[in-house]
Parts: sequence; C-alpha cells; structure tokens
Amino acid sequence: MDRRSFLKSATSTAVLAASGALTTKAVAQAAGAKTLRFVPQANLANFDPIWGTQYVVRNAAALVWDTLYGVDSKFVPQRQMVESETVSADGLTWTFKLRPGLKFHDGSPVTSKDVVQSLMRWQARDPMGLMIKAIQTELAPIDDSSWKWVLTEPYPKMLLALGKNNAPCTFIMPERIAKTDPFQQITEYIGSGPMKFVRNEWVPGAKAVFEKFADYIPRSEPPDWLSGGKTMLVDRIEWVIMPDAATAAAALQNGEVDWLETPLSDLVPVLKGNKDINVDIGDPLGNIGAFRMNHLHPPFNNPKVRQAVMTALNQEDYMRAIVGDDDKLWKALPSFFTPGTPLYTENGGEVLKKRNVAEAKKLLAESGYKGEPVICVVAQDMAATKAMGDVTSELLKSIGMKVDFVATDWGTVGARRAQKTAPGQGGWSMFHTWHAGADCVNPASYTAIRANGDKAWFGWPDVPDVESQVTAWFKAKNLDEEKAAMAKLNKAAMDNVVFAPTGFYLAYQAWRKNITGVKSGPLPFFWGVAKA
Amino acid sequence: MFAFIVRRIITTIPVMAFVALFVFSLLYIAPGDPAAVIAGDQASPADVEKIRQSLGLDRPYLVRFGEWFFRVLQGDLGTSIFTSLPVTQLIGQRIEPTVSLMVLTLILAVAIAVPLGVLAAWKAGTWIDRVVVAFAVFGFSVPVFVVGYLLAYTFALKLDWVPVQGYTPLSQGVWPWFKNLILPSITLGFVYIALIARITRASMLDVLQQDYIRTARSKGVAQNSILFVHALKNAAVPIITIIGIGVALLIGGAVVTESVFAIPGLGRLTLDAILRRDYPVIQGVVLIFSFVYVLVNLVIDLIYTLVDPRIRY
Repeated sequence: MDRRSFLKSATSTAVLAASGALTTKAVAQAAGAKTLRFVPQANLANFDPIWGTQYVVRNAAALVWDTLYGVDSKFVPQRQMVESETVSADGLTWTFKLRPGLKFHDGSPVTSKDVVQSLMRWQARDPMGLMIKAIQTELAPIDDSSWKWVLTEPYPKMLLALGKNNAPCTFIMPERIAKTDPFQQITEYIGSGPMKFVRNEWVPGAKAVFEKFADYIPRSEPPDWLSGGKTMLVDRIEWVIMPDAATAAAALQNGEVDWLETPLSDLVPVLKGNKDINVDIGDPLGNIGAFRMNHLHPPFNNPKVRQAVMTALNQEDYMRAIVGDDDKLWKALPSFFTPGTPLYTENGGEVLKKRNVAEAKKLLAESGYKGEPVICVVAQDMAATKAMGDVTSELLKSIGMKVDFVATDWGTVGARRAQKTAPGQGGWSMFHTWHAGADCVNPASYTAIRANGDKAWFGWPDVPDVESQVTAWFKAKNLDEEKAAMAKLNKAAMDNVVFAPTGFYLAYQAWRKNITGVKSGPLPFFWGVAKA
Repeated sequence: MFAFIVRRIITTIPVMAFVALFVFSLLYIAPGDPAAVIAGDQASPADVEKIRQSLGLDRPYLVRFGEWFFRVLQGDLGTSIFTSLPVTQLIGQRIEPTVSLMVLTLILAVAIAVPLGVLAAWKAGTWIDRVVVAFAVFGFSVPVFVVGYLLAYTFALKLDWVPVQGYTPLSQGVWPWFKNLILPSITLGFVYIALIARITRASMLDVLQQDYIRTARSKGVAQNSILFVHALKNAAVPIITIIGIGVALLIGGAVVTESVFAIPGLGRLTLDAILRRDYPVIQGVVLIFSFVYVLVNLVIDLIYTLVDPRIRY
C-alpha cells in the first residue's frame, strides 16, 4: 500500500465511522423517546423472586409477574389476577376464579394449574405461606380458571397473604417453571405481567431490560400501588445499574438516565437545585434501623443488659448519622412498627422517648455485667450500618461496656450472624441492620419481631408473650382486635427488648421533569409513568 | 526462540494451577456466605441453611476443589451462584469494555509518558524537568476515583463534551466508543503515565551520559535523532519492563474506574462477585487475569529481543 492509497482508505474509514456514530445517535434518540432509563437501588444479580427475596428482585419481578391480589396505599388487598373469590361460612374453604383473557408472555393462557403450582412454590418460602400450609388440607384446581383452598381452621389474613408487597409475593408463573424446587433458581423468566423480561440483553451487574407486553390486559380500576390497572406508557424500561451514587446523580443531571430510585442524601441538595429534576420521598414507609442483640450469650442474654442499652439509646444520634441534617428524613420511633400506618402503636415505647444514661448504668450494675466484651459485627460497606455502628460503639462505652468492634463487610455479617457459638468463639454479640417499613406494618412478614427461640430471626429471642400476641393478631377478626394485639405485642417486645429500634428514616427518589406519573410507594411503580 | 516460547507456555501451567489452588483456598477460608445474601435479610436461618445445601456449600473442601478443578481443566469455569449463568458467559459479556479500556489507556499512557520522560531527561535540571517530576509525584499521589470525579464533573457535567458514564460497544461506531472511554482511560492512565514517565526519565538520564551519546553529539548528529534513535532504543528495556509490570496496575485500577464510570467490565464483575461471595465468578475472573498477566510478561520478554539484539533466548 502506498501513501496515497493509505490516506484514501483511512479517510473513508473515518467517514464511515463518523456516519456510523451519527446513525447510532439517531437510533438511540428515537428509541430514547419511548425508553425509560431507571437506576435501581441495587444490582439485579438474580431474577427469581421466590428463591432470592431481595427487594431489588421483588421490584423487577413486579413488572414481569402478576399477582393474584395487590395491596393498595391503604394496605387493603384488592383483586388483581383474580376475578372473584368466595369463602365458606365456616371460613375453611376458599374458592377463587381467575379473570378471563390472562396470558403468559409465551402466549399460553394462565390457568388454575399454573396458579396452584406457583402458590405451592411460594408457600415453601413465605412465612404466611408456611402458616397456611400448616393448616391446609387441599390446594387444587377445580377447572381451568378456578381453584380451591381447604383449611382445617379459618385464616382471616388469606387475601393479605396473596396480595402483600413483602417479598416473596405470590408471583404467578407457568406451571412448568413453578415446579422448580423453591431452593433452586428458575431458568426461564416468563410471567403474565405488563412487561416482558428481555433475557438476551440482561448483563447482571450492569443492565436489565423490560419490554411492553402487548397482550397484557390491565384492570379497569385506577392504579394504586400493586392494585388497579397496570397500564404501561413506555415501551421499554432499561435498568441501568450504577454502583457509584455520585456517578448516578451526575448521569441524571446530564439526562443520561431518567429516574434514580435512591440518590445519595448528600447529593440531594445538588439535585434539588437543578431545574430539570424533581426530588421527593421515595418510599413513604421508609426503614426502621435495628440494633440486633444475641439473646443466647452474655452479655445480651440478660434482659437487664438489653434494657440498659435501650434506656441509654438516643435515636436522634443514630438517625442524624444516617441521614444528616435533613429533618424530613427521619423520625423518632418509640415502636417496632411503621409510623403512619393503620396499626401503628407506641404502647410500651416510653423507654425510647427519653435517653437516661444514669438509669442505664444502674440497670447494667444490677444485671451483674462482668465486663464481657460486646462483639459488634458492623458492615462498613453499607452506609446505614456503618453509621449506626459508630454511634453504638460510643453508646456502649458511655454506659461502661467493653466493646470489641469488628469492622467488616455485609457478606461477612450475613455469615457470622448465623453462628450460634459464643461471641469469643466465632459468634457475635450484636449487629446492625434495617427493616423496610413495608415489612413492619404488621407481624405478617415481620420476621425480626418474632421471638420463638430457635426458629426466630438471628439473635434467637425467646419471649412467649411476644409470640402469643403475634398469634392473637393472626386470629383477629376485625381492626379493633388487630390493634389490641399490636399494642400488647409492641409492649412485650419493648419490655423484653427483642431488638432495639434505632429510629425511622426515609430516602428520596429523583427523576427528570420530562417523566410524569412517578409516585411514592414501597417499590417503584412503573405503570402510569410516561416520558415526554 | 520457538523453544523458548513453548518452554514459557509450559511453565505457565504450574503457575496457573498454583493460582487456582491459592484462590480457591483463600475463598474457602474467607468469611462470608452467599446463601445469606441470596436469601435476603428477612430469610430465616433455616432457609439460609437450605440454600447453602442446595448450592453445595456445605460439602468438604477437597470435594468442592476437586470438582471445580476438573471442570476448569475441561474449559468450564462453572456457573455463577447468583445469576445461574455460566461464568464464561458472564466474562464474555464483560470482556470487551475492559479490553477496550485497557488498550486505550495503554496507548494514551505510552504516547504521553514516553515523550514526557524523554523531554524531562533532555531538559534535566530545568523547570521542564521539575514540572514533569512534579506531575509524576502528583500522578502517584492522587487516588483514581478523585481524578475520575474531577474529569467527569468538568468534561461531562459542565462542558457536556462526553457522557458521564456507560460504555458503547465498538460495533456501534468508533466515535461513540471513544467518547465513552476517553475519560475513564485518562483516569486509569494517570498513575500509569506517572510511572512510565518517571522510569523513562531515569533510564534516559543514564543513557544520555554514555560515551556513545557524547560521540554522536560531537559528530553533529541531530538532537531528535540522538534522543529517539540512539538513546531511547537503548533505554527501552526498563521502560518496556515497567509497561508490562504496570498491566497489573491497570487491572487493579480498572475495578475502581469501571465503578466510577459505570462501565460494565470485568473489574465491576469482580467487585460485585467479591461483595456477594459469588465464588465461581471470583475464581474464573482471577484465573483469567492471572493468565493475561503471565501472557503479557511473555510478550514483554519477546519484545526485549527486538529492542536489544544482545538478548537471545
């Protein structure tokens, strides 16, 4: 090749490359008008909402799989895939009927066989499902669109179990997929929800794509959380995974993405100052911070030591460490339950309303605390747990406890908290976590409030009073009975310190102003969201 | 030469086997539990245990290592615990952005650092030399993510010249590909440029004091010719060595750079896998990176023979 021919071919290549770039940009802009680019709270690393119960999986699953019922913003379960239901006078036999015309993304009709198999898989993993399973004699199809559920005793919370938004939800899958062992991951992602999962574009850790399902028939009622018509106003939703919060905020400002589920609170003032961006509370049910103690070993096997910590605890310290100076983002929480919800109670929560270090020291002295080190296993890769851990270290020292602070990552906390061995032999004394407010509305999915010893959540509290009130709530026949059970439950859990709530906090979401229809809710609801 | 290459490739096998054993053992004794991450925070301890059993994580070390090792020998790196996708597929999805980032960084770094180092050596003791040395110190001292944020803020957010984040495959056009990669490449290359420039300067200073350079000058050879033909060629061996060693820097830096610029590459895959304890993915990626590093060193050894005819294998 001589110099001239080289220059000629190089020029042609550059022109072609440039035209390719222009074409790509044009295509991207055309597609961009109907494509919503969303940055979720976390990476969608797997996509089986029964096998993996992380919230990010539940949120994506709500697009792809429909549910039999869906709770609305008043926490009332409303029909979704179900057309009608009847319950026998003795409350033992439930009969359900699917609404007509429901189809899976592969074109096959949704039948009662699919529903029954999906419910069986869900039951194996869900606390409410397990309760129903324990009292069920039959769960079987009647015909293609109906099925029955026969119980040995009434279960008043049946519709809540089928419509709740806590993971795992009753997502309905084709029978062949739902036959997968609930402890194994599914390999096909076929649902009957308003969007299809585009598997060949899924890059775990980077991108997940959903396309509008043309055959989806939304309900006629207006959308309200998981209930009502799930009408999609965009053709395609791209979930762009961004591990760095500053990059995500910059991408939103630059118009490279449309909606951030959880912008970093430090960057919210910058986003609020941008005329093209809306900022508002994301999930009004927020989160409850938790100081989880190990009830099996000293020092926290002693109720007085637990009470001493609760007495010395100042929730404002914890909340400011997590959310900073924005007072809209936190509330003191003298309760285990989500504020602003129908069953919320502060009964027994006086201890958390005013910090009393002197009283805490007195309780600690009475407990016979012998100076055993408190092994605090604190995840540093989660902003909330790191912040709470720093406050806890000072709190424990302030009342005279010896602290052994183990700074680690969340993966290690996840493994170590399952160890029942003594703290000095690979076990632990306390760790921090948080519970989504949506899970703490009532005891139905609130595993952290349970105190049934070996079967309880990490820390294994054993408090029969708590358990009897949980049972009373499940058996409650009306709102008054539910409220009474909740009040007693809160008091019993406070008195025995099942765990120590460190406060209630919220987070913002942010979206560009050309996006309309964004609502606050326990998960990002994409139906009704449009892009101009 | 051919015998040398064959010999080096054969010696790669025990190195890779040792890396495999080391990585597997390290992950085995490291704390953490993927089952707990999969099950979610609300899962009961019993559910976590069932998931652990279903993943085979409760089996003895030797059984797990043996199974994995024999699969690797057959070219199968296993299946991701989280995604249930083959590790080779996950690596395949991520390899293009990382290779693009590293190659562009390498080109930029060499193109900038070598002339800078030569210039500093030529102008040794002057303000030019001091500026280059100061830049090298700065490059070593500033963390990658700080450089990344500053560049993104200036050139993406304020000037809107390039995107803040993401990656566009080369198949969608050279210009979109380049626009996405230029900031990450400069970010990643910062420390690399500093390293190469410093070594180039030191090596050139040494060569420029040799007798044959004085002879060339006295014969009236042009300055450019002295610098780039006579001196640089003789100073090249340490420079090439440091370029090879620096590939390890690039691999480490890619993890941070890909996170800051949301590039879906192998660095982010590694980080995500470590945080979730996705053992097969960590093992697969580390093996690949080790292999690349061994290969790069082989190539460097071969390049020595091109720049210095005295070196023979």
